[in-house]
Amino acid sequence: MSSNTDFLLAVEDLTVSFDGFKAIDGLNFYMDEKELRVVIGPNGAGKTTLLDLICGKTKATNGSIKFRGKELTRLPEHRIVWEGVGRKFQTPSVYDSLTVRDNLEVSYPKGRGVWGALAFKRDTALQEKTQEIAESVMLKDSLDLEAGQLSHGQKQWLEIGMLLMQDPALLMLDEPIAGMSAREREQTADLLKRLAGKHSIIVIEHDMNFVKQIGRKVTVLHQGAILAEGDMDQVQSDQRVIDVYLGH
Amino acid sequence: MGDFTTQELMAILAMQGFAGLSLFSVLLLMALGLAIIYGQMRVINMAHGEFMVIGAYATYLFSTFITAQMPGMLDYYLILAIPFAFLAAFVVGWIVEFLLIRHLYHRPLDTLLATWGLALIMQQAFRSGFGAREVSVRLPDWLQGSYRPTMMIDIPINGLAIMVLTILVTAGVAWLLYKSRWGLRVRCTTTNREMAGAVGINTRNVDRLTFALGCGIAGIAGAAFTTISSTGPTSGSLYIVDTFLVVVFGGAGSLLGTVASAFTIAQGQSILDFFIGGSMGKVITLLIVVAILMIRPEGLFASKVRR
Amino acid sequence: MNGYLDFLGGRNGLVGLLVLAALILLVFPLTMGVDQLSLAGRFLSFGFVAAGLVLCWGYGGILSLGQGIFFGIGGYCIAMFLKLEASTPEATAIQTTPGIPDFMDWNRITELPWFWEPFNSLTLTLIAIIVLPALFAYVIGIAMFKRRVSGVYFAIITQALVVILTILLVAQQGYTGGANGITDLRTLKGWDINTDEAMVTLYFVTAFLLLGVILFGKWLLHSKFGRILIAMRDREDRVRFSGYDVANFKAFVFCVAAVFSAIGGAMFTLQEGFMSPTLIGIIPSIEFVIFAAVGGRLSLIGAVYGAMAIGFARIAFAEAYPELWLFLMGAVFIVVVLFLPYGLAGLYEKYAPKVRAFLPSRTARAATSRESTEVRS
Repeated sequence: MSSNTDFLLAVEDLTVSFDGFKAIDGLNFYMDEKELRVVIGPNGAGKTTLLDLICGKTKATNGSIKFRGKELTRLPEHRIVWEGVGRKFQTPSVYDSLTVRDNLEVSYPKGRGVWGALAFKRDTALQEKTQEIAESVMLKDSLDLEAGQLSHGQKQWLEIGMLLMQDPALLMLDEPIAGMSAREREQTADLLKRLAGKHSIIVIEHDMNFVKQIGRKVTVLHQGAILAEGDMDQVQSDQRVIDVYLGH
Repeated sequence: MGDFTTQELMAILAMQGFAGLSLFSVLLLMALGLAIIYGQMRVINMAHGEFMVIGAYATYLFSTFITAQMPGMLDYYLILAIPFAFLAAFVVGWIVEFLLIRHLYHRPLDTLLATWGLALIMQQAFRSGFGAREVSVRLPDWLQGSYRPTMMIDIPINGLAIMVLTILVTAGVAWLLYKSRWGLRVRCTTTNREMAGAVGINTRNVDRLTFALGCGIAGIAGAAFTTISSTGPTSGSLYIVDTFLVVVFGGAGSLLGTVASAFTIAQGQSILDFFIGGSMGKVITLLIVVAILMIRPEGLFASKVRR
Repeated sequence: MNGYLDFLGGRNGLVGLLVLAALILLVFPLTMGVDQLSLAGRFLSFGFVAAGLVLCWGYGGILSLGQGIFFGIGGYCIAMFLKLEASTPEATAIQTTPGIPDFMDWNRITELPWFWEPFNSLTLTLIAIIVLPALFAYVIGIAMFKRRVSGVYFAIITQALVVILTILLVAQQGYTGGANGITDLRTLKGWDINTDEAMVTLYFVTAFLLLGVILFGKWLLHSKFGRILIAMRDREDRVRFSGYDVANFKAFVFCVAAVFSAIGGAMFTLQEGFMSPTLIGIIPSIEFVIFAAVGGRLSLIGAVYGAMAIGFARIAFAEAYPELWLFLMGAVFIVVVLFLPYGLAGLYEKYAPKVRAFLPSRTARAATSRESTEVRS
């Protein structure tokens, strides 16, 4: 096994069981810097659980998650964020009663302690960054709207924008195009392609067309373990993958 | 504790243990109703103590009626007073659910405030109706006196009787929840309200019945309460905080946990009562419970659910 | 209104504050007799607690039924100081042990307990009024919030703590004055606190402190801290996964509410002339919450009106129809929860849309009250 410090993210022998049910079972998963990886798999394959484990929402029963050589499994959630891991949830999770601008600003990685937050001042760097990111997630005209008034798709973008404010090395996006129109999907695909050069990204998605659009390397999960890995064509012609999806 | 011989110590433990059983019974009966209601619809019923008092006053009325009209029945009236107390609290619970509680489902903090208001109103209603003075029922002869298995141990009969009642009610609740059709509906609704509605369970009716039933059990607690203490307008509020701790400490939603936690809290208080006095005994017991809850917020018996 | 006064909530926020200031600094003193003014001063003391609850319950989503604890800490601290001042060896010469508070002597205590010693000093007492509640709230807060205890569980545990504290105070009467509390408080550094003149002075001190506390609260809500509070109430998980240690923020706002309450408790004791367990028990503790709810759980200024409205209503009713008062109070709890979730401030918002004075920002006002109901999310 190669030294796992070469990877941005090295998940090894990861297991989590809920009252005996192993949602993730001895999983090994590696990612390089600046890589865009799509994770697919049937319902209950453990995709969301994998993200939960990496970002600390669920604690692993066994195994290790190393991020830039640092062990994440024992860190509390907010410390994992400090290491540079950002997570978008499956249902868009934004602060409905704050404006889009406030949503973005709250995600800015300064003033994260209690005293820091009390002393925090909006400076030009923050304002520029907010503008820039609002533009990249197609929300620059909605900055002063309350987030609760956004469409479902726009909320998805806002949440991605909130992650970008944190400038994470690894972005984990759980079903980023759920509830989007065809046009919004296109725009999201473009957005992800633009981001791919700057961050490492894990995307969980069901929509195969979308996966083809953005996908380079695809990992197929099944019953908490990796079933296949490779580019889209390889994976789609893999007999085991076909069996799983057709339900044999 | 050096002043006591082992034998004396055992006798003290046994007697205080049995004395604690009365408290245990009242706490458990109260907590059962509270736990069912909270488990079913996330409603915190701060007026639960007042439903107990309804049961107690119902028992009192019944006993006054029997004494006046059919004194021959005095030996047995308690057996009939229990269903009467249950019914009285049940009916009031039903009405309260309809008028107030159903507007507050799944806003637990708001139910807490609203039912506190309800408790104030009920207390004042008791005061207006029955006077501020405490009333007591006439105990049948067979409930008075005590049972003395050895020279040193002395167990009051009324304590034993309400213990038996508590066991019967707890068994009844367990049967209702885990074996009856209604229990199945309740458990369905608790686990997944939308799905329960989709498969044809009238969740509104289940809610109302559950709330009324929880109140009814508090009414039974009230009937039991009259055999160990006299009843006043604010008798219920003395038990409400302890009862909440019982529910939380037991792990909300676990019947076994509720029983175990009521037992621990009641026995802790009763045994410490002997050594350091009632007030400090209660302080120490509650402090230990709160400390444990800070370390283990899910309580004694928590159900593990994947979230 | 721009620049450093922004936190008042613009022109309307300033107007709301000025109206309150005019009412309590001018109208009340000019129209009320000393007795009534002193009564108003006591209601203003409750306003501190209610304002603290607006921060921690309204904005932070943390319902504490234990604010009586902190009100009591503040009250008992100042009462202990005043009691020691009143218990000079000359004044207590008839006691078995002169120089200690009378209730200690009655309970056959012959020496001042160690934890009473610091309250010989006014400076230490004033420090204790701020530091003790903050410390206590911090310990409770960190213990519970790190384990993600919130909502109902937190409310019940804080209520249990109130019960524990009041039983303890009553049981340890040799050290605490028991059920009667600490009574017969006369002078503060030689200044008689029971004269009319002192009552008026104490009223003004209370009023100014309260306005100061509200300003501080407004500044807090206007800072990034305030936005994080709202964000936490909306989506606690999201805040956590944006890199914040949510427990610290909750513990801090709980501490702030605790210190507010303690200041209120100290001012109350100075005006009432004694402090006792019944003033801080379960019932007062839950009434503090209803003050905040009546005033509007998102309005610092509303909280003060809530405390005064209920205070004066109680006086009026308790004299005329004592038996109706509990019915009315019960109805207030129910009506506010069912029909007026944002209290008087909410009514004002609805019916006076042009004068938006009560809340710090548009966003906060629109905030729905989402309660976290689970122990763990």
